[in-house]
Amino acid sequence: MTDIVIKDVDFGYSEDRIVLHDINLEIHEPGLYCIIGPNGVGKSTMVKCVSKIIEPLKGQVLLDGEDVAKMPHKDVAKKVGFVPAFSQDAFSMSVINTILIGRYNHQKWGSRQKDLEMVYKTMKLLHIENLGMRNYNALSAGQHQKVSIARGLVQEPAVLILDEPTANLDVKYQVYVMEMLRAIAIEKGMVIMTICHDLNITAKYAHQVIMLARPGKIHAVGPPEEVLTEDNIREVYGINCRILKDEEMDIPYIILGSAIMGAAEDYRNLPSGGSGPRP
Amino acid sequence: MTDNTIENDRILSTDVVNSVKEWSSDLTGDSGFSETVKTFNSSIKFKILFILASVAIIIVATSYAVTVGALDIGFLEVYKIIFDHLTGNITSPYDYIVWNVRLPRVVAGIIGGAGLAVCGAIMQSVLKNPMADPYTTGVSSGAMFGATVGMTLGFAAALGNNSVVILAFVFSLVPTLVIAGMSKFSNTTPTTVIMAGIGIMYIFNAFTTVLMLNADSSDLNRIFYWQTGSLSLINGWSSIPVMFGLVTAGLVISMFLSGKLNVLATGDDSAKALGINADRMRLICLLLVGLVSASIVSYTGLIGFVGLVCPHIVRMFIGADNRYLIPAVALFGGALMLIADVIGKIVISPSVLPVGVVMSFIGGPVFLWMVLRRSDKAW
Repeated sequence: MTDIVIKDVDFGYSEDRIVLHDINLEIHEPGLYCIIGPNGVGKSTMVKCVSKIIEPLKGQVLLDGEDVAKMPHKDVAKKVGFVPAFSQDAFSMSVINTILIGRYNHQKWGSRQKDLEMVYKTMKLLHIENLGMRNYNALSAGQHQKVSIARGLVQEPAVLILDEPTANLDVKYQVYVMEMLRAIAIEKGMVIMTICHDLNITAKYAHQVIMLARPGKIHAVGPPEEVLTEDNIREVYGINCRILKDEEMDIPYIILGSAIMGAAEDYRNLPSGGSGPRP
Repeated sequence: MTDNTIENDRILSTDVVNSVKEWSSDLTGDSGFSETVKTFNSSIKFKILFILASVAIIIVATSYAVTVGALDIGFLEVYKIIFDHLTGNITSPYDYIVWNVRLPRVVAGIIGGAGLAVCGAIMQSVLKNPMADPYTTGVSSGAMFGATVGMTLGFAAALGNNSVVILAFVFSLVPTLVIAGMSKFSNTTPTTVIMAGIGIMYIFNAFTTVLMLNADSSDLNRIFYWQTGSLSLINGWSSIPVMFGLVTAGLVISMFLSGKLNVLATGDDSAKALGINADRMRLICLLLVGLVSASIVSYTGLIGFVGLVCPHIVRMFIGADNRYLIPAVALFGGALMLIADVIGKIVISPSVLPVGVVMSFIGGPVFLWMVLRRSDKAW
């Protein structure tokens, strides 16, 4: 289990275009952490700071107390795996070779059998074991996505970050992948962070929800039933909704109402309710 | 916060729990796995076979190439001359032609072809662009300018032909260094590298044109010849050592980097997440390619197409894994250049068609055919 502390992090592509403001977040327990929030709020930016793909302007990211800025990429890579939102390789290899790249930091002489075993098990977990010798770029978007997830999993990191892992998947696999990630987080004692756009899937599978709001701030952190409230969703997304309780599983169920139109910055001042359905 | 085990989690279904349990335990007696390993291993065997076949082609092509030339020396006699030379028993009057004219040309062809092809493979992989070649960063325009300076401003006349080589080498490194310098101010993404290369190319070409405006016709002739690229520009064994040293070093280094190149090819974000400093890696590769291609171009002139086409042809056979692609493309490029030169010597004999022209005649149609047949892979 790796401890993650994000301390006073600001990130911007230049001084006058700050994307993240004063982000503070501590993760001390394994589990599935879902990051939600509207477009352009800095979700990807925040997770990229954790895996040192980009470096914050101000503040620190600590992995087990060690400052990421002072760690070489290689050491960060041993702890944190990252599955990008979209990837298309210019000259693609077979699916097996593509997934094997995830084992890059594990590879030594004579480790190939073990690496292949890990790759095969993971392909089986994602039901793509029959695609092994197919060319990566010849796959469909959903198959691409599964290969990318597999590449992240074979890395066996303590922290795995996935940028919209369910983006191109059909409903069945959206549910399957999120449920699988929750199971893996518990079984392996990993921290798995995913960026997610489906509130109900988040409500069902997340252990903790991290909700970001404009202009790049953390709005709320906590278990789904505490974070996914009518007020939070209205304030952050600018959309009316109702929340029911699924009695059987004890999870919140969100029924979306209408979007509150108006200037992006104004929606917080709108009277609650608007034209959406009320409980 | 988390329930302790996946069995007592309130949300997880048995199917998912079982799948994840199976995933995290050791693999036992799975016929699918042994099947997968078998096909995977045979795909590797095929790649190695391709490499061995390229070695064989080089050997055959070399042994034929030394027997071809303007002077008709018998096939067996050529080998007797080489054997005699090696044993220090020089008797034939043709010893000079075989040993000091033909052999260096053959060797330069192999080294040059191998070097340019490897540079092309690296550039295409690093810049994620099927159009990239060793000249993408402007190496060719820099070399052209240097050579033109040498030929038109009287350096060649005053200091001998070596001054052309030296000037071409020095100026061909300029564009790469400019791009490396630019990387201090902004990241060297694939697109910025290509665009900077084009910008630099236009600047150098303008300077070259200015020099050519005032050149006399014999200089223009030489410039034109240099621009086409020809192994006839090889000046005996003295042309070989620098080229050989840098190409060999480049090949060894790129073999070491080949695994990292594969990681880089998955995109900058995932490469960084896998522990590779993508920007620095790309810069190292650009400098390597700049140096290696400069060492070839300054001796042979601008030979096009080897660097662009060879990687594509080889990828068609063995795929994009750089660990196999780089050695295979080196051998294949060497063989192709050698064969192109032999064709150039035969086809309009006794005149010689420059190897650059032959390469374009072979490479152009092959390239077009590849664009048409691309169905499922690469770009």
